[in-house]
Amino acid sequence: MSILLHRYEVTKDSDFMAATDFNRRARLQHVDRAYKAEITNVIQLTQMEKLFHVRIMNDAERERFSFLPGQFVMLEVPGYGEVPISLSGSPSNKGYIELCIRKAGTVTSVLHQARRGARVGIRGPFGTAFPLESMKGHNMLLIAGGLGLAPMRSPVFYVTEHRAEYKDVHILYGARDPSQLLFDYQYEQWNRIDDVNLHIIVEKPDDKWTGDVGLITKLLDKIVVPPEETFAIVCGPPVMFKFVCSQLSRMGVPMHRMFVSLERRMHCGMGKCCRCNIGSTYTCIDGPVFDFWTVMNLKEAI
Amino acid sequence: MLFKTVTKDNFRRLVEIILEANEVVGPKKVGVDRRGKAMHQFLPVQSFDELDLSYETTQYSAKTYFLPFRENLSTYRFDDGDWTQEIRYRVQPRALIGLHACDIDALLKLDKVLARDRFPSPYYLSRRRNTFIVGIDHMPCEGGFCQSLGSDTVSHGFDLFLTDLGDRYFVAIDTDYGFLTLQKVPVSEVTEEDRRQYLAVRREIAAAFKTRINTDNLPNLLDIEFDSPVWNKWGDKCFSCGSCAMVCPTCYCYGVTERVSMDFREGSKVRQLYSCNLADFAMVAGGHNFRPTRHSRLKYRYYHQHRGFVESYDEPKCVGCNRCGRACLAGINPPEVIADLRQAEVSR
Repeated sequence: MSILLHRYEVTKDSDFMAATDFNRRARLQHVDRAYKAEITNVIQLTQMEKLFHVRIMNDAERERFSFLPGQFVMLEVPGYGEVPISLSGSPSNKGYIELCIRKAGTVTSVLHQARRGARVGIRGPFGTAFPLESMKGHNMLLIAGGLGLAPMRSPVFYVTEHRAEYKDVHILYGARDPSQLLFDYQYEQWNRIDDVNLHIIVEKPDDKWTGDVGLITKLLDKIVVPPEETFAIVCGPPVMFKFVCSQLSRMGVPMHRMFVSLERRMHCGMGKCCRCNIGSTYTCIDGPVFDFWTVMNLKEAI
Repeated sequence: MLFKTVTKDNFRRLVEIILEANEVVGPKKVGVDRRGKAMHQFLPVQSFDELDLSYETTQYSAKTYFLPFRENLSTYRFDDGDWTQEIRYRVQPRALIGLHACDIDALLKLDKVLARDRFPSPYYLSRRRNTFIVGIDHMPCEGGFCQSLGSDTVSHGFDLFLTDLGDRYFVAIDTDYGFLTLQKVPVSEVTEEDRRQYLAVRREIAAAFKTRINTDNLPNLLDIEFDSPVWNKWGDKCFSCGSCAMVCPTCYCYGVTERVSMDFREGSKVRQLYSCNLADFAMVAGGHNFRPTRHSRLKYRYYHQHRGFVESYDEPKCVGCNRCGRACLAGINPPEVIADLRQAEVSR
């Protein structure tokens, strides 16, 4: 009279019949299945940073992949590991994904050795985005420090592609020295756009540097915008956005109109592994984009 | 909920029937501790007699059958510069017999994170839905404070739940599979006498709790006392070994590592349970550590258990089993830490 207990085949669950789409978060799906993607171009930006153009190989998957500025992907080198990387390209670019990667750890070091044609895995997009829709009709301060230009480049693309819908646009960028400036080949393009003001500052100039010298907050002194009609996006190391946001606060910009992107260790991107938790907040699900009021209220955030 | 009674002989017969064709896991005596007290673990059994349903507690929780310490997430095969990814989920049914209420409540908490929230995990869900769960009532375990957290009773999350009425079990049936399975042996309708006895047993259990924690306004207290020296005091004792998270029935955090086989033909992506007390838990590439000190990591664990989880799910993550307290080599335990924090609140 033996009995077999009920067997539940998870992949036969009706939700599983549809293709993986990380934008449909509530759906039961192969959450650890990566889109196979090919590195199509590798662009050396500085000694430590490279920009990778990555193309999802399957047509349907590439079509389904859509993101908003501020989101990130989990980039996997099968056999080596997986790392969270912010999306640096334009969301309207359906052809390839742009990822600006600093050589900092095991996986990124392997990536820096990778050549055109290498095949990596992509899961995502994950996380929250900058609310660029609701920022329309306002002045924009896009403030980046160091590697912070990597997540900032996506909102810069978005704003310049929708330039008519924003008032004054200021891009402020600071780096330690001129050799560390990212995307220097794009500055002229951004600056030539009607009414986009690009300001760059370095802490330690070299012999050839003719621009501003100092900390990024110095650039902010020169900006005149009505604070009640202004949104700010601030990307960079915590010490940088802390000073920048405090200064913006003094200028009268409300904290809920300043947005920052936080960096944490991540092993899943899906609110499971807890590695990115700040107090109890998942950086991967509730962030990486937070308004500054929320950041101020997160223990251990800065 | 449907209720029946089943004689102990018939329940034994039921387990034997399940054992004939399925894997059965339950509390098994594995030794005695320093004080001569029996130690138990949830282990696979071959016969009913290997089960000790009168066990007090287990060293490890039953979490390992849903979130194994190490689990393969995917396998890669490398060939000529390309790779293919293969994913397998565990779909073998298994019966888990003799879970206490706190451990079932722990599964309900894990369900919220892993099965129902954003990005439900097919790895977890597959194991969860393939597990037939029989719970059992018990007298409070030493040091257990589940009553303070409402985890001394459980109203769902199992197939069958037993309460010992001497020669028979009072059975709560939560699922149709539980109902169908129970039909394999003779059962009786619940009588007025059964009901009276059941309630008396429940009262006896409820009155027997000795260890309590004061959970009043605890989430707020943790926020206010974020910089309290109490954390340094307990943090200084902590070895950052992670034992607390390993034995915890609700700690689910993990790390993912990838490996390549010696012949470079295969790679694997493996998830391994981790602990927020381990030194590199929040360390990022480049070397910065967001929680570099022992006390900041210990505090984070308490913060997640008693505040963070409440913010997300309106209930604490802790079920009060006190396994972490028993496993801790430094004697750190929730009742004392929380009492200490309250003391700090009073004395200021």
